[in-house]
Amino acid sequence: MSGLSINKLSMRFDLPNGSSVQALKDVSLNLKAGELLSVLGPSGCGKTTLLNIVAGFLAPTEGVIELNGHLVTGPDAERGMVFQQGALFEWMSVRENVSFGPRMKGQKASQYGSEVDHLLDIVGLQDFKEKAVYELSGGMQQRVALARCLANDPDVILMDEPLGALDALTREKMQGLVLKLWKETGKTIILITHSVEEALLLGERLIVMAPRPGRIHKEYNLPFADMGVGQDLREVKKNPKFGEVREEILGMIWDMEEEIMGRDEGAGS
Amino acid sequence: MNIIKDLWGELWEVLKILAAVAPYLVGYVLVILGTLFIWTYIKRMLTPKKDYGSLKTVTFGDESAVTSNTVASVVSIVLIFVMWGSFTGSKLLPGFLHMPGAFTGEGSFTYTATAGDQTDDATVSVVVYTVGEDVEAPEVAPGDGFAKDDSIAIGAYRNELFRVDENDEIGRADGAVITAVNGQPIAPEGAVEVDFGTVSMSAKGTLNITPAKGIQMEAIWLPSPEAVWARVTEIASAGYRNSTLAEHLGYSLFRVIVGFILGALVGIPLGYAMGLSNWFRGWFDPIVEFMRPVPPLALIPLVIIWAGIGEVGKIILLFLAALWIMAIAARSGVSGVRISKVHAAYSLGASKMQIMRYVIIPNSLPEIFTGARVAMGVCWGTVVAAELVAAEKGAGMMIMVASKFQSTDIVLMGIILIGIIGFSIDMLMRWAERILVPWKGKG
Repeated sequence: MSGLSINKLSMRFDLPNGSSVQALKDVSLNLKAGELLSVLGPSGCGKTTLLNIVAGFLAPTEGVIELNGHLVTGPDAERGMVFQQGALFEWMSVRENVSFGPRMKGQKASQYGSEVDHLLDIVGLQDFKEKAVYELSGGMQQRVALARCLANDPDVILMDEPLGALDALTREKMQGLVLKLWKETGKTIILITHSVEEALLLGERLIVMAPRPGRIHKEYNLPFADMGVGQDLREVKKNPKFGEVREEILGMIWDMEEEIMGRDEGAGS
Repeated sequence: MNIIKDLWGELWEVLKILAAVAPYLVGYVLVILGTLFIWTYIKRMLTPKKDYGSLKTVTFGDESAVTSNTVASVVSIVLIFVMWGSFTGSKLLPGFLHMPGAFTGEGSFTYTATAGDQTDDATVSVVVYTVGEDVEAPEVAPGDGFAKDDSIAIGAYRNELFRVDENDEIGRADGAVITAVNGQPIAPEGAVEVDFGTVSMSAKGTLNITPAKGIQMEAIWLPSPEAVWARVTEIASAGYRNSTLAEHLGYSLFRVIVGFILGALVGIPLGYAMGLSNWFRGWFDPIVEFMRPVPPLALIPLVIIWAGIGEVGKIILLFLAALWIMAIAARSGVSGVRISKVHAAYSLGASKMQIMRYVIIPNSLPEIFTGARVAMGVCWGTVVAAELVAAEKGAGMMIMVASKFQSTDIVLMGIILIGIIGFSIDMLMRWAERILVPWKGKG
């Protein structure tokens, strides 16, 4: 079976003070190969925990994850990860960062060279490949991170707010790049974001998660990612349907946040 | 209660010295400020500046607007040498810059002796010579009256008790008493200022001749810069205590380098182990955290008891000085790695060994370099101190032995060279850091 299946995932861990936290409860999800899923939710809804479990950095207390028919038990090159920032190796040049995965597999420069150059070309960093990564701007660093992940040719790419630390203009450009890379490579992508617009623009599917315990609240199938491949993202945002869904989701998240605050106040008094 | 009284007395002494030094310090500060004021004024006149920094209106409190002023540094260093030369009468400086020195040359005073109802005046000729020169008291005619003229030669900075009545016809034994010097009355324990210094009288009635000492330093307290330089060249070729200067300094450096390298070879892996394993952390944390605040100097007696004063003892001491610093630096280098970098490396298919080699070690190098810089500084200070205590060769031993023989020039030379070497080590480490770990602070 091709694709990623998340089956009845629960995560519950004890705190030092004796209480315990239910970070995730019965999360089930099936992702076909090549789908782009964006995940939205208020803080504390367990979306980063979910991503860390899929990446293999955390073991769930219940449930299983299967990728292409085998169980996920730990981190592996088949599931690449793009972090918000600070995950590049600043002691390596741009090119060394991008070729890290192939080099760890023992490939020679002659084997990975053309692929790495091709990826650097796609993300527009051909002229910067010998630079140190700390000499690049934030947006360029995230492009290096994307290229580094793709150079390893993973089956699934997990993105944990990859554009969260960028300024608004750079972010828009990078959203276009993510869409382009998704279409060109056909990778399965899970994207976590705080931005409702970004989730709508990029996600072919979108889930909104609710907190306490973390669970899937609502799921959407969206046409905007496909539109975005063909036209300017700004045009997509003008689509009346886009605004409608955005308002609906924003309202949903607002309600959740208010409920959390109300509960906290209730517990406090 | 006694201790409080004693401590208060000590404090009072310190305050008195400070008060005595204060005018000189004020003068020093005024010279620097005056120079800077004049310099700034001239520079403004010559080149009006219009860069970004000069357009800032808020500079007080803006750390970025404060840079080290090169002119101030140059003035500071030059002034130290000028003061040094000025207070030692250095020949490198023109004479008008010298502080008033000790009186040398010839002088004289008269004394009046009274015996019963007779009085008589006699003249004392005084020659003050630079110590080391061979000068005899001049021959003088005895003169008339019962009190006879005298002469004496006194070294600069010395004083001499002089029985001027010894050659008189009526001396102290016969009841003669000296009642005046240069016509001014004098009594036992009194003093009279004369044109070349002071003449005072002891309780028994003997004159004590003290030529003026000026405010220059005697070479035994502070030799002039050229005397120190002469010592450098002399010891560089002829050696001191059976070793040349290069050997003394070379031994000290050798001990530091070997001790530091051994400390790093053990400390860095230890730090890595502590950063990567709970067991190692628990095992060594108490030891490291206890040993770190113990000054290496406090270990000197124990090391001497255990290993003697030879090379082994010195190297053990420096090894211990470097070990804890390097272990802690490596530990914090490992702990400082961002978990996202490690996660990223795992997701890119790296094995544990590869993560060690490509992520953890490079990530910890900046911390290790900082630790190495600190450790080298501590080792250099420790080796000098250890040599002060006991050694057969070395920079510290050289100045300690020299101080026992009052060879202030060697002591000064040693201090200056020790300072220069310590500074060079630090500069070298910074340079290596820039070349080898350019990503420091860029994560």
